[in-house]
Amino acid sequence: MRIDSIEKLNRWRAECRRAFEAPKRKVTICRGESCLANGSEEVFDEFKRLVAEKSPSGLAVESVCKTGCHGFCSQGPLVIIEPDGTLYTKVKKSHVAQIIDDTLIGGKVLDRLLYVNPQPEEKIADYHKIPFLARQQRISLRNCGLIDPHQISDSIAVGGYAALSKVLTTMTPQQVIDEVAKSNMRGRGGAGFPTGRKWATCAGVESDVRYVICNGDESTPGAFSDCTTMGSDPHSVLEGMIICAYAVGSSQGYIYVREEYPLAVVTLQKAIDQAREHGLLGNNILGTALCFDINISRGGGAFVSGESSALMRSVAGEIAEPQARYVRSAVKGLHDKPTVLNNVETFATIPVIIERGADWFAAIGTQKSSGTKAFSLTGKVNNPGLVEVPMGTPLREIIFDIGGGIPGGRKFKAVQTGGPLGGCLPEDKLDMPVDFDSLTEAGSLMGSGSLVVMDDRTCMVDVARFYLGYLASESCGKCVTCREGLYQLHRLCTKVTKGEATEADLSLMERLAQTIQKASLCALGQSGPNPFLSTIKYFRDEYLAHVRDRKCPGGVCRSMITYVINDDCIGCLACLRGCPVGAITGEKKQKHVIDQVKCDRCGSCHAVCRYEAIDIV
Amino acid sequence: MSVLRREGIDVPVLCHHEAIEPCGSCRLCTVEITKDGWGGWKRHVTSCLYPAEEGLVVVTHSPELIEIRRNILDLYLARCPQSEVIQKMAEEYGLYKTSYETIPDGDNCIMCYACTRICEVLGKSAISAVMRGHKKVIAPPFGEQPPDCIGCLSCAHICPTDVIAWKDDDGCRTIWNKPFELISCSRCGKKTITREFADYLIGKRNLPRDYFTVCDDCKRQDLALKMGALVDRAKEVAI
Repeated sequence: MRIDSIEKLNRWRAECRRAFEAPKRKVTICRGESCLANGSEEVFDEFKRLVAEKSPSGLAVESVCKTGCHGFCSQGPLVIIEPDGTLYTKVKKSHVAQIIDDTLIGGKVLDRLLYVNPQPEEKIADYHKIPFLARQQRISLRNCGLIDPHQISDSIAVGGYAALSKVLTTMTPQQVIDEVAKSNMRGRGGAGFPTGRKWATCAGVESDVRYVICNGDESTPGAFSDCTTMGSDPHSVLEGMIICAYAVGSSQGYIYVREEYPLAVVTLQKAIDQAREHGLLGNNILGTALCFDINISRGGGAFVSGESSALMRSVAGEIAEPQARYVRSAVKGLHDKPTVLNNVETFATIPVIIERGADWFAAIGTQKSSGTKAFSLTGKVNNPGLVEVPMGTPLREIIFDIGGGIPGGRKFKAVQTGGPLGGCLPEDKLDMPVDFDSLTEAGSLMGSGSLVVMDDRTCMVDVARFYLGYLASESCGKCVTCREGLYQLHRLCTKVTKGEATEADLSLMERLAQTIQKASLCALGQSGPNPFLSTIKYFRDEYLAHVRDRKCPGGVCRSMITYVINDDCIGCLACLRGCPVGAITGEKKQKHVIDQVKCDRCGSCHAVCRYEAIDIV
Repeated sequence: MSVLRREGIDVPVLCHHEAIEPCGSCRLCTVEITKDGWGGWKRHVTSCLYPAEEGLVVVTHSPELIEIRRNILDLYLARCPQSEVIQKMAEEYGLYKTSYETIPDGDNCIMCYACTRICEVLGKSAISAVMRGHKKVIAPPFGEQPPDCIGCLSCAHICPTDVIAWKDDDGCRTIWNKPFELISCSRCGKKTITREFADYLIGKRNLPRDYFTVCDDCKRQDLALKMGALVDRAKEVAI
């Protein structure tokens, strides 16, 4: 069905809304990546089967449907029973029959499948009252978990393409650019360049062709907000891109997605096909003069492909290597034509800015960074997942109030923001309001918005070594400072973790890090030493402990630690059985002993011991 | 860079050559720039890539820049300790030994892309950079004999550290492990260029088919004889 006028779209929306809201009693099952990996597809099939089986005998369930990701990934697979909004977590296929019998037929809440809040410890049944979700303010993730991403009708029902029809009927391209500029929106890709200014620059350049590219590369390990947005609410991204195309006068768009996001690619392609079929993409969108189409460009998954000039080379079919840019890509980008390149989150936010107005958006967040930001919370935290909060929210609130704090009541040590290129911030930065500028000032980055939480059993030198190793192997190898510099920095850092380094090595590392920062070609190189620079800035003591005392305070670096069994050992044999090198000896119910010569310090005994009987010294 | 060279200001560089587009890979020509309207803001750019303009203030030899170049050469020394070019440049900056561990089984390649860029300029792109990070190497496709290579030796000649091995032996040239037959001059028998290179130039420049059958020396000799004959005729006429 082709929608060739705004009136038709409105009529269709009314139909979709009726269909979406009609089933009062329904079961929704999350099909986000994490829930799928834990078997949500099986759960869905089982629900479908049993509901069909039991419907004739009076089971009143009107709909069993899939939704996109809720971002509450640690608790998946998630099942929500409407209209009460009861959330069941970690649901398995075997639980389904009982959910149907007890909850859907019996009307009772199943206690053991409820979410347990860590602090204060209590069971919460109502989806909307869970602090992790209730304390967020979702703009770019607004529809994630609410709709089925494979159904355009769901998107339309919750207001998809309404901003587009507003733009096409009541605004000129210049007004759209002005509105985005007024909202103070800064690009969510990491650098925080004002989106309105980027659009205005692109629109202001004389050219026959202009491109709109959506950066869905999200190459940062530990970041998954763009993946979720593309996979759970693809139409918001498409709508944002169409609005941008109208504003800057483009007729061709690309979404650059990495090959490692197969679900996102499938969902996006389906969304594009549906949008084309309904006349929301292609020639004469909604019966107006606007012609714009979007194609998916799949990337090979190199970290550097997320850098704008490398990304454009990759879209053009060349090797993804950054180019030195002294001219902005908004002036000379893909195929040397003016190009707007924005991140998934940016495009997904645009429709809301248009609909609710720039002033509303600018009032959220801080003065210099308006709006909200989606963070991918991972690491040593009770509720890893997606968190969207207003800019300026302190890290403490994100990690402790929303994320539920550190598991096992351990002590917080550091949080790594912005992915591998970002830095590690210590405890005294926890109350810092998070926005683009405050993070940069603290020696870290907003980047992709990933937050990796670390507890006191983390060695900061080892963390720096890990990230430097990653960056050295992901360096494109074009310029010498990044290629050779990060490689040498990683080698030196490895030397520190092996206990072979001296203080002279530390000063050599600092000198080298500064050169890499100053002389590298692209942002990967320039920010490459950040993991080292931020850890040595905030955790210099740990480096010195490694170098001077040959001690690893975090108890991680193998060459400097010894595992010893203390008197709490009850002789349960768990560590003995688990030791891969057979270094542990002992009898049942007697204290075990570790042979230090055989022990290769893998830590498996420490991991399996439930009695805290193994010390790291 | 060209402005600096015109003004006789010496900034070290390894990856730049007039015949090819700059790419900014060696970072040695990094300079500091600022401008009146920038409110004191300074940035580091490579002079090979940054376009010179009116009013641009360029610092080429501050202690900071010298330190940057020294550190870069230190990295190069770890990469190619055997390269005389690098050794000489490093000595100018007071470096005789690298501060880092030298890279095991490293060669003298500094990954400046001069070879791949000149090959691209010639229109062949027979070799390319493969892999990434410090494992990156210049190689023909799949490590096999490059099908597009015409044996012109441009890559070997432009290489700043003379890394690309080639040899001419008994009418046969080998480069990138690919053997080529050299054309002999039909007069003197001297070996000139490869058959593939000759064919490529004839096709590209629209030259006559037999253009390369006689070598340059013999052509010059021909020309000299013709000129000599002309001079003799002119003398005769004058007498």
